[in-house]
Amino acid sequence: MGSIVVDVMLKPEILDPQGQAVGGALPRLGFSGFTDVRQGKRFVLSVDGDVTDEHLAAAREAAEKLLSNPVIEDVVSVHVLDEGSADDAGSESPESPESPEGHGAGEAEGDAQ
Amino acid sequence: MRIGVVTFPGSLDDRDAARAVRECGGEAVPLWHGDADLVGVDAVILPGGFSYGDYLRCGAIARFAPVMEALVPAAQGGLPVLGICNGFQVLTESHLLPGALIRNDHRKFNCVDQRLVVENASTAWTSDFEAGQEITIVLKNGEGGYVADERTLDELEGDGRVVFRYVPDAQGRNPNGSYRHIAGITNERGNVVGLMPHPEHAVEEGYGPSLDGRGFFTSIIKQTLESAATA
Repeated sequence: MGSIVVDVMLKPEILDPQGQAVGGALPRLGFSGFTDVRQGKRFVLSVDGDVTDEHLAAAREAAEKLLSNPVIEDVVSVHVLDEGSADDAGSESPESPESPEGHGAGEAEGDAQ
Repeated sequence: MRIGVVTFPGSLDDRDAARAVRECGGEAVPLWHGDADLVGVDAVILPGGFSYGDYLRCGAIARFAPVMEALVPAAQGGLPVLGICNGFQVLTESHLLPGALIRNDHRKFNCVDQRLVVENASTAWTSDFEAGQEITIVLKNGEGGYVADERTLDELEGDGRVVFRYVPDAQGRNPNGSYRHIAGITNERGNVVGLMPHPEHAVEEGYGPSLDGRGFFTSIIKQTLESAATA
């Protein structure tokens, strides 16, 4: 199964109150070196089989028509998800079927209260 | 005089809008988002709320609902449409009105009685007001900051398409960071109007800050009766 990543950001001239809120919280955690935060959106569009040029073209059209609002946002990237890259591998790894900490029992105790 | 009120999943003020229509002498016709049929109504209201949970962007998913397939061409053809709050967001996402609504600059949800100046009293929805008149109606939104590029803003002002402006506070600020204090705008033809504040919450004695909201509904009712008489 292939996937396409679409990244959308607010245009630089548009105020980003969410980014400002995040930016305001960072120094409280000791991260004082960042002068600005802008928050964007990432969409991952999956397809059956490998990603084709048609898939990419459709993704670009969807990005302009629905995933972004060209009045306030820019589509900064439409690209095929690279399964080998580090940041994408994390989301692909299957969860362990066994819970090592025996969560089930703990939850049952909580419910009993 | 039949005024359709659209209900999307997550609409909040559709009942209040329908009630306001009835209070002002019109017939309110419920329209369902999933039906691409306006059932011959004389005008349409897109109400406030959180259509589709405000997912993606406010109004962005509602814009592609089946009812909008019928509404967009009808509005382009002159059908009077009023978008209130989330309805305004749907109208900008549909490109029936220019610009966009973004999160309030102070990041808090507003819920206030808000003073507005009516700047254009010649639209389908404002003819019962006087240009320059001040009204007070409810404003309640988290993403009500009106933005557009400078050229669009100049065009709107030059063409008299700014319909409502917030009366700024003593510090010169408006309640959500809207550019040039814009609270509501219209299209070139004057049949499509969108605004963030809620006229439907100011139509009944004892509820809301005034009866100033009535003018929206009496304007459209009067206009539709007049155009029916001359047709």
